[in-house]
Amino acid sequence: MSEQPSAIGLHKQLDAIWRTPPGLAGLSSVNHTILGKRFMMLALLFFAIGGLLSMLIRAQLATPNSAFLGPEIYNQVFTMHGTVMMFLFAIPMFEGFAIYMLPKLLGARDLAFPRLTAYGFWCYLFGGSILIVAMLMGVAPNGGWFMYTPLSSKPYTPGINADVWLLGITFVEISAVTAAVEIFVTILKMRAPGMALTRMPLFAWYMLVTAGMMIIGFPPLILGSILLEMERAFDLPFFDPTRGGDPLLWQHLFWLFGHPEVYIIFLPAAGALSTIIPVFAQRPILGYRAIIAAIVAMAFLSFGLWVHHMFTVGIPHLALAFFSAASALVAIPTAVQIFAWIGTLASGRPRWDIPMLYVAGFFVVFVIGGLTGVMLAMVPFNTQAHDSYFVVAHLHYVLVGGFVFPMLAAIYYWLPHISGRQSLYRLSIPAFWLILIGFNLTFFLMHLTGLMGMPRRISTYPSNWGWDWLNLLSSVGGFILTMGFALVLADMVLQFRFGARFRRDPWQAGTLEWATATPPPSYNLAAIPHIETRADQLQPARIGPALASGNGYLGFARNGEQETLAVDMMSGEAEQLIVLPRRSYLPLWTALATASFFLALLFKLYWLAPLGALATLVLFLFWPISLGSKSDRGPIDIGRDLAVPPDVEALNNVTVLANRTALVMNGTLFASLLFGGLFLLVVAPNWQGSNAPNLPLWTGALAMVASLSAAGAAAMAARRPGSVLPLRAGLVAAIALQSLALILLALSMGTLGDPTGHARQAMPFVTLGYAALHCGLGVIMAAHALWRHAQGYVSARRRTELVLARLWNGYAGGVVVLALGLGALLGLDGVAP
Amino acid sequence: MFKPVALCATPLLLTGCTGALSTLDPAGPRAANLATLWWVMLYGSALLFALVMALFAMAYLRPAWVTRITPAQWIVGGGLVLPIPILILLTGTALVLGEQLLPRGDAPLRFGAHAERWHWTFTYPDGREMSDEVLHIPAGRPIDVAVTSQDVIHAFWVPRLGGKIDAIPGHENLIRLEADEPGTYWGQCAEYCGPGHDGMWFRIEAHASDDFAGLMGGGQ
Repeated sequence: MSEQPSAIGLHKQLDAIWRTPPGLAGLSSVNHTILGKRFMMLALLFFAIGGLLSMLIRAQLATPNSAFLGPEIYNQVFTMHGTVMMFLFAIPMFEGFAIYMLPKLLGARDLAFPRLTAYGFWCYLFGGSILIVAMLMGVAPNGGWFMYTPLSSKPYTPGINADVWLLGITFVEISAVTAAVEIFVTILKMRAPGMALTRMPLFAWYMLVTAGMMIIGFPPLILGSILLEMERAFDLPFFDPTRGGDPLLWQHLFWLFGHPEVYIIFLPAAGALSTIIPVFAQRPILGYRAIIAAIVAMAFLSFGLWVHHMFTVGIPHLALAFFSAASALVAIPTAVQIFAWIGTLASGRPRWDIPMLYVAGFFVVFVIGGLTGVMLAMVPFNTQAHDSYFVVAHLHYVLVGGFVFPMLAAIYYWLPHISGRQSLYRLSIPAFWLILIGFNLTFFLMHLTGLMGMPRRISTYPSNWGWDWLNLLSSVGGFILTMGFALVLADMVLQFRFGARFRRDPWQAGTLEWATATPPPSYNLAAIPHIETRADQLQPARIGPALASGNGYLGFARNGEQETLAVDMMSGEAEQLIVLPRRSYLPLWTALATASFFLALLFKLYWLAPLGALATLVLFLFWPISLGSKSDRGPIDIGRDLAVPPDVEALNNVTVLANRTALVMNGTLFASLLFGGLFLLVVAPNWQGSNAPNLPLWTGALAMVASLSAAGAAAMAARRPGSVLPLRAGLVAAIALQSLALILLALSMGTLGDPTGHARQAMPFVTLGYAALHCGLGVIMAAHALWRHAQGYVSARRRTELVLARLWNGYAGGVVVLALGLGALLGLDGVAP
Repeated sequence: MFKPVALCATPLLLTGCTGALSTLDPAGPRAANLATLWWVMLYGSALLFALVMALFAMAYLRPAWVTRITPAQWIVGGGLVLPIPILILLTGTALVLGEQLLPRGDAPLRFGAHAERWHWTFTYPDGREMSDEVLHIPAGRPIDVAVTSQDVIHAFWVPRLGGKIDAIPGHENLIRLEADEPGTYWGQCAEYCGPGHDGMWFRIEAHASDDFAGLMGGGQ
């Protein structure tokens, strides 16, 4: 290294490497600060759209026998309100916040896969646009935000409306899936050295658990959407009770996602609270370890209570009792957190500021939502309250209390970090009171409206049930609430224009994000600190200037490369040097290709869809080209007298971890599919006397042997990275055998019998299709490894590509075995009663 | 398609929680139990809410009262000792209550309610079928209704007599109801079922035993 430049000189050097130029080049940005802001801006735009829709709902329901919106329009409006708020606002909002904040909080210069962040953003933008454009054209989804079949099936929704939901939301979910993997890997691998898991700020713990829940929670929804779209498009009867399907399968898949989803939305918000409250209590959070235990417990429990959305579908009462108890149990980790927060305030020296005002609002609203949640968990009471306005009230208390109020607290707390300016305070306080009063006026009364018998989702009501005054007051409250949000928006705009600038750390916080300059530079931190205490008790105002002048790890610009560090997952010891990919238009092009696939399906241009998928795949194959190294570099100096190898020379690097995570997610999707097959076998009507699928033994056995051998060959290649011949022979064998398995599986799909005739044929049909697809992916991953080896990117030390080929081929082998197992089971003569 | 409900329903003088569809104005033992459960939970919740709010307020207003509570007391006291007994008691009670509401034991009269967008067809123990949106039942004794659907998912809900049950195509669900007194009890579809969802009302007419027997005997 040459001698140390000044802080400003260092800033110029690093910024030249990391910055995104202004203008159209912004489309190529992969920077997490820029993309995090884009995610949040877009999410707030969708929040405004969702809010506007809620105003239409309240206008329609303000008076009885209203003719403002007819039922056809009203049904689109309430469906879109729920869909927009859940999928286009809440999830992307916290994703955007995590994308913006996590690297700064953890001491990294970007997320693990910057281009994937950008790709996710484009998927979110394009998918969300499909929904909004459809709404403007009057063909928005109209089946309710949970899209129950058969109402959303072809016979009862013949138009494009349901396809818009299924395809648009699945497109958007790509961004949730990529964000989940990226957040999970980044938290585990890309912290500042010394930040052991036990020193991690609570927000990172919350996001780690949230990302883990998304990895398990989203696949059932994605699978459900794929199955329902296949039923709508190709008439495969998964949910049609007349042909061996079952509408209840949709409900299980949807709520298997849908309930964890509530906690997926709540946990990031709770993480923000756990960060903000100690700052204003002026003491460290109370019960750090208890809170971690509570959020892990919450994550586990949240997967065991989806059936409480289905208490009235006719499941035996004792089975319901289990889910009822689990639903009640989840109150315990919630209570642990609530009392840890209050205890933190009580045992500190609490001060007021605008963020705390919204935290107080959170306590009022969320505690009520939690209490009504326990009530709804009681099966007998649920049979009265279910699908009534009581539930509407409850879910708004939970989601607005558990997400929107913490989000407002977080906006007032962190917006200065984004804007570099302090809040003005003039509008914040009246805005808070309008929101609190408006919200409670709107939704508190709805508890009573529901108990008085008003079911949700009716477009109008006669005046003789006693609901008139309740609805009128709710509508008045709704408009007060909206005025409050408008004031918050004005407040934000004014802050950017007129807020006073400040030095580092205006709140005297203890977390690392306040050690950056504000607004943050493109590289976050000019040097990465070594963390020696728990990372929520740092002194950002003191360490910030030291880092800015390069005192720490990587406090220099080298080779024009975007360098950051990877650490050991548990201990946080510095382990690898990561060179991140530069800005690129590839994510945008890939997302456009993906959009062509979804649009082709939406407009039923089924010949075009495979081309869109192929274009996406080909573009993805361009992604690795700029990565990797053709020579072994060995340990490289990272400052503070430490040298670590580049990540391509390590086996436990972020790429491998991300692929393992993706396979867990993929495996959850496959497990949901197997569950679907078994569920239909056991529960669905009209299986008696159905024809067994015809699965020839020899093709199945041969496919199984071929796929498992391919997995073995890929594993052998990965074990002998040094010797060229066995390596290439192993990969070629894997390609050949996996291709054979693919062909055999495709042949078997043809012999099963008509998949549109009965679910007993349709289920093995898609399961084998899934297996064939993964044989194809195994081929691609083995070919990719072969290609990278030929290019010189693979050596005895640089073997990531080989590990990936082994992982994906191994997964394919396992899938083939299980898929054939399901096919064989459904083919047994005596199996259908 | 949309029933002129406003014409056929007797205008009610509404006070407080009463109403022809109000769960808080029960007209049978099952609905009465559920209403009682609600009131108990409401009072309990109000207490818990007040407790949490008071503790939060004291942190700011009367810090001296709460500073001496140790971290362990906050976590164990608030997070475990406080909720666990309440939850056990409540879940246990709800389980027992739920078991009592189940349609089991001596088989009472069995009716059928078949939903189809957007109306109901009712069948009687003797097999008669009527689709005039009225179900006649005897008062003062439990009856079962087998709920089914022709097309999409609906739900059968007579709030003053008891909870709701879904009508799911391909499945048959049983619900037990009971009206204390003869009278008219309104019901409605509670599961969103498309553009006619808001008009899917029906009535249950409960008759004194003799009248009901006459009605059944006198029909064709």
